Amino acid sequence: MNNVSAGDTAFMLIATALVMFMTPGLALFYGGMVRSKNALGTIMQSFVALGIVTVLWILFGYSLAFGPDKFHLIGGLKYLGLNGVGAAPNADLAATIPQTVFMAYQLMFAIITPALISGAFAERMKFKGYLLFIALWTIVVYFPVAHWVWAPGGWIRNLGALDFAGGTVVHINAGIAALAAALYIGKRKGFGKEAHVPHNVPMTVLGAAMLWFGWFGFNAGSALSAGSLAASAFVATQVAAATATLGWVIAEWAKAGKPTTLGAATGAVAGLVAITPAAGFVGPLGAAVIGLLAGAICYFAVGLKYRFGYDDSLDVVGCHLVGGIVGSLATGIFASKVINPAGANGLLFGNPSLFLIQFIAVAVTMGFGFIVTLALLKVTDVLVGLRVSEEEEETGLDLSQHSEGAYALGFGEMTMASTGAVSRPVDEALKTHAAILAEAAEKMAAAAEKMSTSDKSA
Amino acid sequence: MKLVIAIIKPLKLEVVKDELRSLGVKGITVTEVKGYGRQEGHVEIYRGAEYRVEFVPKVKLEIAVPDELADQVVERIMLAARTGQIGDGKVFVLPLEGAYRIRTGEGGETAL
Repeated sequence: MNNVSAGDTAFMLIATALVMFMTPGLALFYGGMVRSKNALGTIMQSFVALGIVTVLWILFGYSLAFGPDKFHLIGGLKYLGLNGVGAAPNADLAATIPQTVFMAYQLMFAIITPALISGAFAERMKFKGYLLFIALWTIVVYFPVAHWVWAPGGWIRNLGALDFAGGTVVHINAGIAALAAALYIGKRKGFGKEAHVPHNVPMTVLGAAMLWFGWFGFNAGSALSAGSLAASAFVATQVAAATATLGWVIAEWAKAGKPTTLGAATGAVAGLVAITPAAGFVGPLGAAVIGLLAGAICYFAVGLKYRFGYDDSLDVVGCHLVGGIVGSLATGIFASKVINPAGANGLLFGNPSLFLIQFIAVAVTMGFGFIVTLALLKVTDVLVGLRVSEEEEETGLDLSQHSEGAYALGFGEMTMASTGAVSRPVDEALKTHAAILAEAAEKMAAAAEKMSTSDKSA
Repeated sequence: MKLVIAIIKPLKLEVVKDELRSLGVKGITVTEVKGYGRQEGHVEIYRGAEYRVEFVPKVKLEIAVPDELADQVVERIMLAARTGQIGDGKVFVLPLEGAYRIRTGEGGETAL
């Protein structure tokens, strides 16, 4: 209790809120990229993760991830129901902030990671299946991998692998799950033939901006204290996002002939992904190179789905898996003890073994994630089903899964369904109209009669 | 009476409307439409994937006019909507069998 730093605690509370803000940012980032009939369904998939993962986390998730190590594989049940997680810092996790703050901060990472996967199966996932899948995935994949990489005693951490803010735990983990899900669930109707184009690019750019903003909490906050390391990670984050924006735009300008806004936003996210594992270990120039590489490489990576025929609809593989791999391996190249004495030197600073360790961490996360995700998809499919019917897919998720529509354009053909008596003005008008016609017919008959009598008299 | 249907470029709507009003045309119905003619659409690019947009946005005007005004209406539209580029649009003229004003029940040319 005595070691609590007010400055660190204040900073970490704000960083926690920043990371929370990334999930609604992701909702808009993804929401703008789908067709308008799926806007709410897509936004909902991210937003609902705030609900479901929070509950899992406080009940047992935090304990499985950060409880006392068991066999280097999983946390023990000491913190079940957040029992014993209070004002006192846990010196092994974060020595200067209350453990509640560390717990809340880590929760926000656990929320956004499963939400990231949703981009792979956008526009065709049953909501019920989605809920069960992300609950299972968070429990069986995320909690253990977070433990392996970040918790004291976790076996990947013991190898000496560096992952400052979640390159393996968050991005490679979500990215490989996305690949498994895109393969298992299958393509959208008309993939590669019909136009599946973004319905609102400004919404996507707003989402990307929210992600960029929140990412300062994600990366700088991973220093777990307010000081020079947080500042260094903050700068690396900004620099990599900037050079990746440029990297993507330059690559597509050269290849496709035009620089696009969607490309700039996507490039920024790719750069943020890539700098995530490296943020606390590299200097600004290293960050610049990592960002530039990530922007250009991810631009080419998002085209792979057309070549190999998997429908990773919103490019989770191209951005998060590939960006995460670029960043994790680059950490093995550019990491420097000058930046962070608690880290390690990379290839560039005379230590090739770090690169190998990073490679192992990447490969293991991918192998484990791919196989277990496939198994969880199968379980979910059998229990509640994963994919909407063809007709529901045609209708769109908004109406078929949620009975709502994102946009009320055009004329409302809507009336209250719940009220019993419905007034029918047209019926009334028809009655009146009939009366007028009858009256007119009467008058005409009278006039005709008059005329015929006057004819006779003539 | 004639029904003149004109498909024009959206940016030409204002000048066409002004021309027709000065002719004494009493009403125009405007609809945003999409279609294709000889114009070849355009290409859009999203994350490296190119899409051809074959249906181009246009504006459709429907104008009911007395017989004697029809030729002038067509002429003014042709002049006002023309840019000389491919995709300027088309004008169709149809015979109109009847017209009624809902509020008063008037029929024929007085309803226009």
